[in-house]
Amino acid sequence: MERNLMKGNEALAEAAIRAGCKCFFGYPITPQTEISAYMAKRMPKIGGVFLQAESEIGAINMVLGAASTGTRVMTSSSSPGISLKAEGISYIAGSDLPCVIINVQRGGPGLGGIQPSQADYWQATKALGHGDFHVIVFAPSTVQEMVDLVTKAFDLADIYRMPTMILADGLLGQMMEPVTFPDQQSINEYDKSWAADGHKNKRKHNIINSLILSPEDLEKSVQERFERYDKIAKEEAMAQCYLTDDADIVLVAYGATARVTQSAVDLAREKGIKAGLVRPQTLWPFPADHIRTASENASSLLCVEMSMGQMIDDVKLAINCSKPVHFYGRTGGVIPTPTEILTEIENISGGAKE
Amino acid sequence: MSNTEKTTKKVFTRPNALADVPTHYCPGCTHGIVHRLIAEAIDELDCLGDAIGVCPVGCSVMAYDYFNCDMIQAPHGRAPAVATGVKRAKPDNIVFTYQGDGDLAAIGTGETVHAATRGENITIIFINNTTYGMTGGQMAPTTLPGQVTQTTPYGRDTDTAGFPIRVSEMLATLDGVAYAERVSVDNIKNVNRAKKAIKKAFEYQTQKKGFTIIEVLSTCPTNWGLDPVKSLKWLEENMMPYYPLGVYKDKEAQ
Amino acid sequence: MNKTMHKEILLAGFGGQGILFGGKVLSYFGLIDGKEVSWLPSYGPEMRGGTANCSVCISDKPIGSPLILTPSELIVMNSPSFDKFINAVQPGGNVFIDSTLIEQRCERDDINCYYIPATMLANQNNLVGLANIIMMGKFIKETKIAQPETVKKAIEMCVPPSRSHLIEANLKAIEIGMNYKED
Repeated sequence: MERNLMKGNEALAEAAIRAGCKCFFGYPITPQTEISAYMAKRMPKIGGVFLQAESEIGAINMVLGAASTGTRVMTSSSSPGISLKAEGISYIAGSDLPCVIINVQRGGPGLGGIQPSQADYWQATKALGHGDFHVIVFAPSTVQEMVDLVTKAFDLADIYRMPTMILADGLLGQMMEPVTFPDQQSINEYDKSWAADGHKNKRKHNIINSLILSPEDLEKSVQERFERYDKIAKEEAMAQCYLTDDADIVLVAYGATARVTQSAVDLAREKGIKAGLVRPQTLWPFPADHIRTASENASSLLCVEMSMGQMIDDVKLAINCSKPVHFYGRTGGVIPTPTEILTEIENISGGAKE
Repeated sequence: MSNTEKTTKKVFTRPNALADVPTHYCPGCTHGIVHRLIAEAIDELDCLGDAIGVCPVGCSVMAYDYFNCDMIQAPHGRAPAVATGVKRAKPDNIVFTYQGDGDLAAIGTGETVHAATRGENITIIFINNTTYGMTGGQMAPTTLPGQVTQTTPYGRDTDTAGFPIRVSEMLATLDGVAYAERVSVDNIKNVNRAKKAIKKAFEYQTQKKGFTIIEVLSTCPTNWGLDPVKSLKWLEENMMPYYPLGVYKDKEAQ
Repeated sequence: MNKTMHKEILLAGFGGQGILFGGKVLSYFGLIDGKEVSWLPSYGPEMRGGTANCSVCISDKPIGSPLILTPSELIVMNSPSFDKFINAVQPGGNVFIDSTLIEQRCERDDINCYYIPATMLANQNNLVGLANIIMMGKFIKETKIAQPETVKKAIEMCVPPSRSHLIEANLKAIEIGMNYKED
């Protein structure tokens, strides 16, 4: 397979097209605009739809419309834009519609900055809109993984009839790395008999709806959705472990931060410190079992994030607060360095233990 | 065969596109009339199997139960964006939205104006009854100067609450709009005209002419505090002078 | 050459000098030779006429952080960037300096500095705008990072098809840089 050098944003867009994405609705915002630009160039050539919406609110509702017809559809934005999409995402979840949403995170709150950040973890995993619902959240840490997870994001969205999100950041979006695409990608087809695409007088009319005025009925519908979530939590959590077998200190980091953290783990090992890394690839469902198992013999954990500490709550819950979970983070667009993380590891572990 | 059966001809029946269910609309509300006109147009154009309706938040949010075509419920104000997504994904379907004045001209102004200026090939049925019906009669963007509502208890003061928006006139200035007409359903003559306008808008859509909007002056007896007949009179005397009926844009006539 | 290769290259200068493009050419050397590669630009409004820099990692091992704060090689094309980065270079590292635009001399004795009047050479050879590639030529010569075939292929892959007439000029710029000998 040919290796291509591509920006994360562009690779992600190409991967979406190869995964059967037929409609893309976007709105410019740094650092994800290359996704829109790539779609604008490619979509007309493959008979797909690219449309620059009047706002992020417009874009997410166009996604709602296209998803209602059973079409594979995607939108992308960065942090402040995702906040604007929150309303639509809640409706999409409440209407049981599949779609893929990209967040190439930047620093916040407010207009914040434009440099890489992971400060939208809480938003993505806990409250991407009002109401009782979840979104499956993927956290790639290489450009290749941006590609690989997009196909999975579309498939799981269809299988579970729910929105899925790729939670990337400005670093992954802007960097170029070698990437390979499968030569012949088959696109999985799923049942779309629920779609509002015109009944051709052959079936009863389909209704896409999130309004249920009877409390009992609404409760039932939410409970049904949570049964699906339970299944997802059991079957779809993903994480990679690195040198955790004999680790005395287990680091937990995702996305771009996981790359930096892995370098820090290598530096620690060179100094004789038994460090390891668990890298969640899904943030919801959170890979709690992976973390619990990987840290069974460790004496402490260290969560590293580009935020003031958001994922750390889930790490503590994963091990039922049975061990100390330390935190190191940079925020506002500052990227932690391997040396900074190494210092933190050394402080916690008290230096080399042979 | 009895004599009566031989001589009786059915002259009025429920359109096929309209579901045989009771509606939740208040007595005297004109939503029912407009629903029927849309359903008749769908029947006459034989497009029930291709039609997809989008109804956002407002009194008509549950219209998905009343039309027999595929239906989508949209967030408040976002119907034109949702309809855009539907139409772009399925360009050969007939896509319409059914929106109230608060929905279309306040919270959804951006979506409305941009769908119009893109020449999005959809049809908007816009119900202008000068009030927020569902939430109990607050000021709408179309509430008349001096009109009393729950949130303009002393009458709409244009110094503080601004002026009503004339939607058809405003949208008619946009190049993407193929057809814009304001109609009313206050009497039989106007109901027939409204029917013609709605059908024409759907026909334009099938011919891919661009964005079409039919603004329908409607009554809200409950929130106006008037009985149905007086409401129709109020519409004629107060709304029509401010919102003159007529065709504001017709691409074909130009 | 049994030692594992790991280069952390920082390119820095003004927007418009082709800093990002130079980094891209370097990245293609790694891509073509089957190495692990990462390319990370500075992005945002600062690109519009302000400073631009670009981190390139070429390695035999998977790359951790693509952001380079302490480069093993620095290619620098303006004075502010020289001041900003010269002390960050790893001991034993290599620095390539466009001496037309940078008057400063490096005072460190633990790094190797190469002074190339790249902007002047570009102007003299009717290659305006290709000072970045002349710098690249010198870089290739001193670091032996790529074979001539790799360099040619990388240039061909980086120059967009609509500008393919510029391939020759780019190759000439590489040659000038490679042949440049400091006084």
